[in-house]
Amino acid sequence: MDAALFANQLLNGVQFGLILFLITAGLSLTFGIMDFINLAHGAFYAVGAYIGATVALRTGSFFLAILVAVPAALVIGVLLEALVIRRLYRRDHLDHVLATFGLILCADAATRYFFGTDGLTVPLPHWLEQQIRLGSVTLPSYRALVVVGALLVAAGLWLVITRTRAGILVRAAASNEPMARSLGVETRLVFSAVFGIGAALAAFAGILVAPITGASAGMGDQIVILGFVVIIIGGIGSIRGAFIGALGVGLIDTLGRAYLPNLLNQVLPSAFASAAGPAIASILIYLTMTIVLLVRPAGLFPPSMRS
Amino acid sequence: MSHLSPAAETPALPVSSRAWLTPDAVIATLLLIAAALSLPVLNAAGDHFWPDIINRAMVLAIAATSLNILVGLGGLISFGHAAFLGIGAYAVGIAAADGIDNGFIHLALAIGVSALFALLTGLVALRTRGAHFIMITMAFAQMIYFVMVGLKDYGGDDGLTLDDRSVFPAPFDIENSTTLFYLTLFLLALSVLLFLRLRASRFGLILMAAKGNERRVRSAGFDPFRYRLVAYILAGVLCSLAGFLNANLTNFVTPNIMSWSQSGDLLFMVILGGTATASGPLIGAMLFLLIQELLGSITVYWTFFFGLCLLAVALFGTGGLMGAVLRRRAG
Repeated sequence: MDAALFANQLLNGVQFGLILFLITAGLSLTFGIMDFINLAHGAFYAVGAYIGATVALRTGSFFLAILVAVPAALVIGVLLEALVIRRLYRRDHLDHVLATFGLILCADAATRYFFGTDGLTVPLPHWLEQQIRLGSVTLPSYRALVVVGALLVAAGLWLVITRTRAGILVRAAASNEPMARSLGVETRLVFSAVFGIGAALAAFAGILVAPITGASAGMGDQIVILGFVVIIIGGIGSIRGAFIGALGVGLIDTLGRAYLPNLLNQVLPSAFASAAGPAIASILIYLTMTIVLLVRPAGLFPPSMRS
Repeated sequence: MSHLSPAAETPALPVSSRAWLTPDAVIATLLLIAAALSLPVLNAAGDHFWPDIINRAMVLAIAATSLNILVGLGGLISFGHAAFLGIGAYAVGIAAADGIDNGFIHLALAIGVSALFALLTGLVALRTRGAHFIMITMAFAQMIYFVMVGLKDYGGDDGLTLDDRSVFPAPFDIENSTTLFYLTLFLLALSVLLFLRLRASRFGLILMAAKGNERRVRSAGFDPFRYRLVAYILAGVLCSLAGFLNANLTNFVTPNIMSWSQSGDLLFMVILGGTATASGPLIGAMLFLLIQELLGSITVYWTFFFGLCLLAVALFGTGGLMGAVLRRRAG
């Protein structure tokens, strides 16, 4: 096996996993705290990519793009929570699915209306298009930066949740919402903040990914499905589970696509392997989720004290 | 649903042989008769647009009725039901691509593969509850979706175009669109009958009871898992028939037929029409197509307004249209 290629695939897997984590963190908290299934969470990812791409193309500054896109998504998220989502908390999952599926259709149509169907590409500053040399291995510097940036945000999130007063409120609301409310916690405010921050994190993921994949209509729909796979694997409402689950899914998906077809080629007739390899690689994460659910129905790291 | 719709309460009465003859059943029957009469009338008027719409609506109504067995009777929110539409459609598409055009083989494939798929996925999915069930059914549908996208020999992403419809012997030759129309109607009528009989049966009673309070059903000595598994297989096979009809109606099969948005559309039809009612999915399917055609003719961004419709149904609809109508009748 080629070590340089493997190192690159590993970096890609970690980078994809961390992007997934940024999306999943908000998804898992809204799911865990409000028991709310938000299929439209991926829309914030697309919002981040599109607003970021627009700003980057106008001003030429990638960092200005982040500074505009993330707060914009925060505001959109808080507004959406106040106007629509709040009315749905007490409803059953069927209504959640239907309503947020409707929001996806609205968001996708609005994206095509405002930005066209072709999608946008995001230029990078010159110094980010370099390669990093580590011994015999060269890695693209932008992907390394994405990994570092996402890790910093993940560490920040973890610190806020485990070490601050705000984090205590969030955890209290997550483990027992009625109890937290009766003890005087403004859970409404917690919901609103969690939803907004989740939106901002997803948007941050969107702008980070935009220089690699571009911004395209419907980009949020596929990723949100993976996000749900991650939280089912990791355990609903658990940030640690989301982190480990996201890294696992990112690595399995990336390495599976890169190496599984070749592996199959060595053990199976090549005509069958070349047809089935890519297909099996693309469903590998769903297979993983199925196996996890069979062995641990509540996910790998279910939060303690869930009623 | 936290509240039981009146239709769902009906079978709580002692099960008699006439318990399924409800206002809901009468409305469903009238809708089927209206569909049967519409074709000669429209043909006489020289209209070619509406027969196609009504036929498509009936195909979707079969799929929605099958989903209603899960959602309405069992409280099992499947977000991957379109997988079975895809299996039925690809049974026609793949067989035709390999030179097999016998309709009976197509049907046997659709039924056999969908039953097997439902059995295998049901064994896993039905061990989960609530949000987990929603997500795992969706994951299974995504799996088969990506397998079909990956199978380049059978069109991959682009799908398959069918040159001919499934071949049946003379009186049932569905190459004739009128025959296909009435075959669809016949299968829809069968689905509605099946749904009504299920809802009034002891089997349906256990499904609905387990939806309300699983622990009580267990302590009464029933294992809900088995009943749910049978319902899941039944619903899957029924939906695959809709997929079979859809492939023959459109002469076209793509992985899109089992995309997760298709599963969402099916849920919308059931909820809009009214869960646990027999007439609801029929109305839901027809309205779905009408909204799509109407909005689609006004703007290319019609999905925006369709999305708002979904949002409105979720926010303000309780029990769906037929739920509201039947509740008013029940006073």
